[in-house]
Amino acid sequence: MADPGTDDVDTAVEVQGITKRYGAQAALDQVDLCLGCNERLAVLGPNGAGKTTLIAVLATLVRPSAGTLRVMGFDSADAPNEVRRRIGVVAHQTYLYEELSARENLLFYGRLYGMPDLEARVEMLLKLVDIYPRRHEQIANLSRGMQQRVALARALVHDPDVLLLDEPDTGLDQAHLDLLASLVQGRAIPARTVILTTHNLDRALELCGRVAVLAQGRLVYQAASAALDRAALRDAYHRLAGAAP
Amino acid sequence: MKLTLQQVLAIVQKDLMVEMRARDLLVLMLTFAVLSLVIFYLALDLWGPVVQRVGPGLLWMTITFAAMLGMGRTFVREYERGTLAGLLLAPIDRGALFISKLLANLIFLFIMEAVTLPMFALLFDLPVLNPAVMLATLLGTLGLAILGTMFSAMAAHSRAREALLPLLLLPTTVPIIIGAVQATSNAISGVADGPPWIGLLIAFDVIFLTLSYLLFEHAIEG
Amino acid sequence: MALSKNEGGARRWIDDVLGVATLIGMVVALWLIFIYTPMELVQGAVQKVFYIHLASIWNAYLGFLIVFVVSILYLWRPSARKDRIARAWAEVGVVFTTITLVSGSIWAKPIWGTYWTWDARLTSTLILWIIYVVYLMLRGFVGDPERGRRYAAIVGIIGFIDVPIVHMSVRWWRTLHPDPIVATSEAALPASMWYTVLYCIVVFTVLALFLVRQRVHIDELRETLVDLRTTSS
Ligand SMILES: Nc1ncnc2c1ncn2[C@@H]1O[C@H](COP(=O)(O)OP(=O)(O)O)[C@@H](O)[C@H]1O
Ligand SMILES: [Mg+2]
Repeated sequence: MADPGTDDVDTAVEVQGITKRYGAQAALDQVDLCLGCNERLAVLGPNGAGKTTLIAVLATLVRPSAGTLRVMGFDSADAPNEVRRRIGVVAHQTYLYEELSARENLLFYGRLYGMPDLEARVEMLLKLVDIYPRRHEQIANLSRGMQQRVALARALVHDPDVLLLDEPDTGLDQAHLDLLASLVQGRAIPARTVILTTHNLDRALELCGRVAVLAQGRLVYQAASAALDRAALRDAYHRLAGAAP
Repeated sequence: MKLTLQQVLAIVQKDLMVEMRARDLLVLMLTFAVLSLVIFYLALDLWGPVVQRVGPGLLWMTITFAAMLGMGRTFVREYERGTLAGLLLAPIDRGALFISKLLANLIFLFIMEAVTLPMFALLFDLPVLNPAVMLATLLGTLGLAILGTMFSAMAAHSRAREALLPLLLLPTTVPIIIGAVQATSNAISGVADGPPWIGLLIAFDVIFLTLSYLLFEHAIEG
Repeated sequence: MALSKNEGGARRWIDDVLGVATLIGMVVALWLIFIYTPMELVQGAVQKVFYIHLASIWNAYLGFLIVFVVSILYLWRPSARKDRIARAWAEVGVVFTTITLVSGSIWAKPIWGTYWTWDARLTSTLILWIIYVVYLMLRGFVGDPERGRRYAAIVGIIGFIDVPIVHMSVRWWRTLHPDPIVATSEAALPASMWYTVLYCIVVFTVLALFLVRQRVHIDELRETLVDLRTTSS
């Protein structure tokens, strides 16, 4: 096994037997997952399948009832802060302070990660997500789609190796869906490992090299996007997860 | 170490900035504190030597309840808007996160007291603006804030929210309330001997600061 | 999750022994209290409540001490079993704190002329009782059971550390007021009374052990039932 954190780790995310129970019900049931560096995985699944819980466990926000998680070689139980340093998260909630402006939010989070050259980096990110002209407005005054873009910038402020995106397409218009695609695929910024959840099969196939289906907390299907077309994925999803997406 | 200091500073500054824009927390605490002083005075029909005897108790009831109101809000505010998760995602030591939240809470409480104490001195005509009372207030407030920060983090994650905080905080801070009231009482009436209340307050603060620093991780994480 | 036959058998056997030992021990305790020990000259029959009173507060403190230790162990390595044990001891502790308060009141009425007085020991025992009642309520307030157990463990630790500080503060506080207690000179107690006190403490401890084991067992059965229901549906 290579030294954690050095450039020669080639497994970015390694999940073994992750289970999360809420009372008697298991939101995640024995999930195994392995993702190489710069690999991109789309997780599909009906409502309540456990997608958000999976992202939260990977983000160290929810302690799993059982199982282990390693990110860039670091174990989340032994070195949680090393894991946290290396992941960027976009979730249902934007993690933004409504009273602060986009710029102030990014500066605040940048300081939490101890980023050098923060002002320049924040400016670059604000331009990247197309918020720069409104950077001084309070978050509360921005539309949901704009907030979502600031949330994307927030997830990138510390230049994480791994991006975890829970339904990142929420509220974005067509132009900014293209922006999301260019971020995820590493065109607008250097490529990195990505795990994202979505309800849109086309987007899953377009953005990610691999797709997986989660149903009732179990990872029931995994395949390379190259080997699939929309009809085949739809068919598999329908068969395994029950309801059509 | 340098990063930790920077993180603590960033969070405290952020909390102050948010409060400067929103203002709801301080307005809530101050209005409540002033209102309870007035209501206590009216309900208990205070005059003459009774004031000296029950005054310190009323002052501390007011401070305790106003503090509970304020500290309960700070975490609920972060929790409801999901920004708490944003903090937890950062590579910050959980003990340092506790210190940040404690410092922010303390600043708000001291501002509240900076208004409440003179107000109390005025309404109840008691000399509470002396160094001994200030010391007792400082130490008592620290104790309230330590367990208050700890328990309000837990209350924010529970169904009862603000209702759970008093249930946890009031019985455990009995020594703070007794100690602060007695120390204030002694300072007002110029009693020099008697039990070492200031020592009790310091002991309470040191013990629970250490304990909360160590346990906070379990209170705040998912 | 289902109990193996052997384990269940050994458990039953120990429980039977504890149950029978408690029963016999209690009968002997009654004989010691009411027949063997002499009648206290000043206080009369009501002094007999003291044997139960002392044994109860012993159990309460024993229970809360175990809650404290198991809570630390829980935070170190969480497990549902540790939580069940801590909760069972807390319940037993609360029950015996209640008995302490009630038996104290029964004793206080003829001796002090009132059921309740803000004496230092009474007051700090009352606060002890409140802290652990809140401890027991806490799990119900938290949605995620794992988080609920963790929070209970935190209160189990903070509460116990708080107990001596509360006691100290209340004692100093009471010294400022007229003290209603006429302390009975404990040194002058006859030996038979001391033996009975010690004996009662031992029997009550066995009773507490028995109760805790039953409580933990019921919890396990309930969880097995929930598991069976979810797997069969
Ligand atoms: N905090 C919680 N408490 C209890 N149950 C929860 C909690 N969070 C999620 N769940 C349950 O876990 C399951 C998975 O939820 P989630 O991960 O949000 O699904 P998805 O994101 O795929 O829609 C659901 O049945 C949900 O009710
Ligand atoms: Mg979801």
